[in-house]
Amino acid sequence: MENQYAIEMLHITKKFPGIIANDDVTIQLKKGEIHALLGENGAGKSTLMSVLFGLYQAEEGIIKKDGKEVKINNPNDANDLGIGMVHQHFKLVECFTVLDNIIMGVEPNKFGFLQKKEAREKVLALSEKYGLHVDPDAYIEDITVGMQQRTEILKMLYRENEVLIFDEPTAVLTPQEIEELMQIMKNLAAEGKSILFISHKLNEIKAVADRCSVLRKGKYIGTVDTKDATIEELSAMMVGHDVSLHVQKDESKPGEVILDIENMTVASKMHNNNAVKNVSLKVRRGEVVCIAGIDGNGQTEFVHGLTGLEPLVSGKVTLCGQDITKMPIRKKLTSGMSHIPEDRHKHGLVLDYSLEDNCVLQRYYEPEFTDKFGFLRRDNIRKYSEKLIEQYDVRSGQGPITIARSMSGGNQQKAIVAREIDKNPELLIAVQPTRGLDVGAIEYIHKQIVAQRDAGKGVLIVSLELEEVMDVSDRILVMFEGEIVGELDPKTTTEEELGLYMAGAKRDEVKA
Amino acid sequence: MSKKILRNEAFQSLFASLICIVLGVLIGYIVLLFINPSGAGEAIMEVLKNFLHYSKANLQLKNFGNTLVKTAPLLMCALSVLFAYKVGLFNIGAAGQYCVGICASIYCAIGLGLGWLPCMIIAAICGALYGAIVGLLKSYCNVNEVISGIMLNWIALYTTNMILSTVKESTSPYTFHLNTHGVDAMLPGLGMDKIFAGNTYVTIALPLAVLTAVLIYVLLEKTKFGFELKATGFNKNAAKYCGMAEKRNIIVTLMISGGIAALGASFMYLTDYEQWMCTSSAVPGMGFNGIAAAFLGGLNPIGTIFSSYFIQHITNGGAYVDKTMYCSQISDLISSLIIYLCGFVFFIKFAMNKYLDKQEEKEALKAKGAESEKGGDK
Repeated sequence: MENQYAIEMLHITKKFPGIIANDDVTIQLKKGEIHALLGENGAGKSTLMSVLFGLYQAEEGIIKKDGKEVKINNPNDANDLGIGMVHQHFKLVECFTVLDNIIMGVEPNKFGFLQKKEAREKVLALSEKYGLHVDPDAYIEDITVGMQQRTEILKMLYRENEVLIFDEPTAVLTPQEIEELMQIMKNLAAEGKSILFISHKLNEIKAVADRCSVLRKGKYIGTVDTKDATIEELSAMMVGHDVSLHVQKDESKPGEVILDIENMTVASKMHNNNAVKNVSLKVRRGEVVCIAGIDGNGQTEFVHGLTGLEPLVSGKVTLCGQDITKMPIRKKLTSGMSHIPEDRHKHGLVLDYSLEDNCVLQRYYEPEFTDKFGFLRRDNIRKYSEKLIEQYDVRSGQGPITIARSMSGGNQQKAIVAREIDKNPELLIAVQPTRGLDVGAIEYIHKQIVAQRDAGKGVLIVSLELEEVMDVSDRILVMFEGEIVGELDPKTTTEEELGLYMAGAKRDEVKA
Repeated sequence: MSKKILRNEAFQSLFASLICIVLGVLIGYIVLLFINPSGAGEAIMEVLKNFLHYSKANLQLKNFGNTLVKTAPLLMCALSVLFAYKVGLFNIGAAGQYCVGICASIYCAIGLGLGWLPCMIIAAICGALYGAIVGLLKSYCNVNEVISGIMLNWIALYTTNMILSTVKESTSPYTFHLNTHGVDAMLPGLGMDKIFAGNTYVTIALPLAVLTAVLIYVLLEKTKFGFELKATGFNKNAAKYCGMAEKRNIIVTLMISGGIAALGASFMYLTDYEQWMCTSSAVPGMGFNGIAAAFLGGLNPIGTIFSSYFIQHITNGGAYVDKTMYCSQISDLISSLIIYLCGFVFFIKFAMNKYLDKQEEKEALKAKGAESEKGGDK
């Protein structure tokens, strides 16, 4: 019988200090199929893929390519076997062009001189063939995350890889980009590429994958045909119990205005235009206001302007009746503002600090953690971090002393959410609070956000995920090209209508 | 169990430093073999023996004292580099700040006739201000601290030459001796000279330098201020996000760093051990050797105490190499070779971890093999 599997990973076990990341896991990828790998954060999906990609060596188990056992010691071996990977955090050189990034490592040359022309033709042909539109001469730092991802995909195709691994590819994309990516993946599979698709977004798996293998806490749970399984069944397999996919919440009871933004304008770093133009909005106590929009429409700059990371060109910000426009960041944060940042690696964490140190990053100077001579009170820091870790179920290899860098993305995010909510703010600003999280964690964080609202706090969320926007918010503001173009009620609007506003096809005069 | 020790951070640092030293000595020996094989063994032993070159105990002690006198400023320079490095800054300007410290301490001592304590304080302040220039350029103009540091090194050198020309001997390019022109400014010895066989250059400088190392360790590891500085060093965006004054932190760091280097200069020049040569055409190597000492010490303030002593030990030892067999530059060559190898501490650590990983993998494979055999029996 002809071997039908492109890749087989049989009985893989991989241990880390204090944790068994993969415990006897088996997955088999058929040729030309899209195979989803589903699991919560820390379930061991990324570890398993790193084993396949040669970044880690498994203690037990074998890997077969086209039925033959192979040994993959490093990414070069993986590449030689035709295995390519799009990492969750892209591996691109920011100051190089798209083309340079694609050919990097396999530069075509004659006598040591670069032959970019043929490379360009090959790249253009590939992007034509698979519908991957991207300008080969654009610099990585200037293009959107979606285009960066296409660059990564082109990189694999350029190397003529047969097995493509996508590690949570949709976590960073807008709804439109996700749809395009799904199409691209289908095209690739139709051309005979075998795809491993790591995700915890059930509807995406349902939409694109042929089969789905589920991992839970490092153990292999099972493989199902996605067309035969319901979303509820998949999610039960993933978390081990049934979860409600919708946020349970009561009617909001908006109180006094807590945040009042008047005519805020923020300059852009990318171009000469302003990124945020004359935005005014109010957030009241006891309501969740959600700013929806496609990535790159000024949301990042808006939040940076609001929290003080970027200076304002003009405008006024009032928090709890106090003008905070010109306050330094520390003062803003002690005046009742909490901020869950968009980029957890860039802003949210000091990755080389331990988990406990990251837990007190916003509060280390308080008398509880620093005595009057300026010495840190390590005992209290340990106790406090242990409390947060337990309360918010932050999982890590070694508890409080785990270095943040070694934690999974979801648990890093949980640590930040724990830190920011536990500060007991008056206003919680959360940017993409559930980005890259699994269903269980999303449910938990959404509950926490609603609890903050019910405790009479104001909540301002910036999100790219339509589902989240519709689920959590009491009021939706749509941002398009730096302006608020619509105010919608999540109870009466539809995702389609929201999409029209987000794409700029529809706009109202909004007086918030 | 032994594996746990091998994985231990502190042990690794120590082990890597020792390997670097051995490698440095070995390569130094090979170079000596090439130049003149007959005296190589003896020459390298002289470098390592340093003051043990002498057979009389009191001469040994006296020369041990000399090594210690120069260890104090080197330790301060190493601490200066280390402190900035912990905040993510590479203070190559320590050499220039050291130079500013020389200028300030000698001028205050001879030109102004101040006592040793004011001289030390003024030197530290001048160094701090000089460091602040680098900090200001870095935080407000985004000028790389290495570039501005190197350029400021030259400015410091020639300014020092210019200012100290006013207090130099008319017949030589050297500044006046403190014991004739600035006795008040001589650092007190507190009777330590008696321990070192009457070596009057041994003063409170060394204990002060060791105390500084301890203080820096406490500051970085135990205090709120250190927490902020290290956070800024690891991730200045996160530091800004949580409201730390990251610009101020950079400036303050370079000020402290500069102050330490300049204070180190006063530890050397207020002992009258050396005079400044007003025709100098290069900044003293002390600041640069400080970089090597900081790395050899595993970037740990306490480790730096020992690494500084070692580097000074071989630098002094170089002077005892037989000059009839080797040219006079050989001592500097050998000691700088060893110092150069000292920079490889992190490489050694990396290689060590790689090796351990491989070993563990092999063991895992073996265990697996044993298990599958057992499975076969069934």
